[in-house]
Amino acid sequence: MSAITTPRARRGTARSGITLSRRAGMVFVLPALVLFSIFIAYPLLTALSYSFFDWTGIVRGGFVGLENYVTLFTQLPYRDDLPNAFVHNLLLFVGAMVFQNTIGLGLATLLHRIRRFKRFFQTMYTLPYLVSPLVIGYLWSLMLSPLFGPVNAVLRAIGLGELAQPWLGNPQTAIWVVVVVTAWQWIGFPVLLYGAALGGIPEEIDEAASIDGATAWQRFRAITLPMLLPAIGTVSVLTFIGAMEAFPIPYALGGSQGNPAGATDVMSLLFYRTAFESGSSNAIGTSSAIATLLFLFIFGFSMLITWYMRRAERKLF
Amino acid sequence: MTATLAPDISTDDSTDRGGSEPSRRAGRRATLGGFASSTFLWLYAAISIAPLLLMLSNSLRTTQDMARQPLGLPLPPNFTSYGKAWITASFDTYFVNSIFVTVASVLLSTAVSLLAAYAFARTKSKLFATLEGVFLSGLMLPVYLAILPLFFMLDAAGMISNLWGLILVYGALGIPFSTFVLASFFRQLPIELDEAARLDGAGPFATFWRVHLPLVRPAIATVIVFRFVPVWNDFFYPLILIRDQSSYTLPVGITRFFGEYQTDWATLFAGLTLATIPLVVLFLLATKQIVSGLTAGMSK
Repeated sequence: MSAITTPRARRGTARSGITLSRRAGMVFVLPALVLFSIFIAYPLLTALSYSFFDWTGIVRGGFVGLENYVTLFTQLPYRDDLPNAFVHNLLLFVGAMVFQNTIGLGLATLLHRIRRFKRFFQTMYTLPYLVSPLVIGYLWSLMLSPLFGPVNAVLRAIGLGELAQPWLGNPQTAIWVVVVVTAWQWIGFPVLLYGAALGGIPEEIDEAASIDGATAWQRFRAITLPMLLPAIGTVSVLTFIGAMEAFPIPYALGGSQGNPAGATDVMSLLFYRTAFESGSSNAIGTSSAIATLLFLFIFGFSMLITWYMRRAERKLF
Repeated sequence: MTATLAPDISTDDSTDRGGSEPSRRAGRRATLGGFASSTFLWLYAAISIAPLLLMLSNSLRTTQDMARQPLGLPLPPNFTSYGKAWITASFDTYFVNSIFVTVASVLLSTAVSLLAAYAFARTKSKLFATLEGVFLSGLMLPVYLAILPLFFMLDAAGMISNLWGLILVYGALGIPFSTFVLASFFRQLPIELDEAARLDGAGPFATFWRVHLPLVRPAIATVIVFRFVPVWNDFFYPLILIRDQSSYTLPVGITRFFGEYQTDWATLFAGLTLATIPLVVLFLLATKQIVSGLTAGMSK
């Protein structure tokens, strides 16, 4: 693993005569380039252009500039659905970040100190992360079922029967179910990543600080946390992207409509619904405007997080 | 189970830890703290795994039993819902489709990425650096938002509901991650290997095939195992690109199944378990590759 995580510089390739010629290199790259261009690059560039046209079904009409975007912000149901869904994506991000950087970081720190059962714990924490999010969503929908769902049964069994309720039927609780289930599923990733980062911190620093009388908390604040910053940055960016792209868990828990009453709606569901279920004649134009906004937001904000984290790292070292 | 996981899940800290507290007072505090921390670790392990165990356990019970007693154990285990999910609910078809799509697309993306990664590691022109950057950008960009043009393109080619269409899409989607991991591996191989091969008269392809390929086997394993997971789990692409039920992969099959078998809890749990088993088996067999794939994003 360390082989992968620490690629050495391209030592040696600079020596002439050994590197691939441009022609040979092109031959090697070509299959991947063709596949990437046809199925990723071309559709992506085209998709961004779709939002500037008026569509009738699947027939492209004239260029309309930003009109589709104006529709999004002025006409119903988009005017209401867009901010509603967007706030839910932000909640997912914030919820997952809080969960990962408290419980996740705590678990990673504790795991770092033990040897017995360490692998067992890592496996347990990572398993939900690998299971299909759709399966996770459906599994929780069964567990939270109001009638004979095991969650309410447990609450009744331990004398908290008054807390038992239709978790997914109530708009007040439904979105929190989505947030908690998502955060629960993702925790294995930060546990592993923080674990790997903690392993990279030389023990001598901690020992030296300990001898100098630094308390555990001081050592954590002044040594561990700064050394973890790159890992926290990676987790933040990937969590942000994951939260903005959330689709299968909300779909399994609230259907494509984000039930109840849009309480579990998210941006990807709104995009999917607008493109494939709205029946509006300009479905492609409007949904492409949603996709473009989401694309720019995800791209821009991940760049911003990366830049901010890099700057924070530079300040520290 | 821990024994099967033994090949280091975490190469992060092989150094010996614990048991070297400076004073007895600290030692006692450590014991108390140790108790609290292991409680926390076990408690969270339970929270993490209980829903999955419940899924397995309930898949072995009857629906009537679950309605009577939501928290019962599967005693004696009842396997009829598996038969029902497998045959009546078409899980056999979904399962075979999922296996086919996953295996073919992972092989495709690994093959093309190996070639490309080799070129990136063994060239130094700006052109290739740019191409590599473009490929890597696919790791960060929300490429699924390009689904509409993709849908029209496959529709025009008559490839909607065609598993090969899905395979090509997943093959392309695997390129960013696979190239990233493989290129960093190729870069660690000493250039002397190329020199020696060149002196022996090997051309670029022979050098790649006979000298480099055998040496990057661990990275190939990581890429194959790690790409298996998202492709197997993906729900978005088949939801839109597969319209014909006989071509459904497991995740889309499950959504249909949940509509039809709403009240048949036992069968629902069995279906969810069936979709999960291959991943759990893969994880237990290839923990090392999964973990290194997950932490590959660490390097910058």
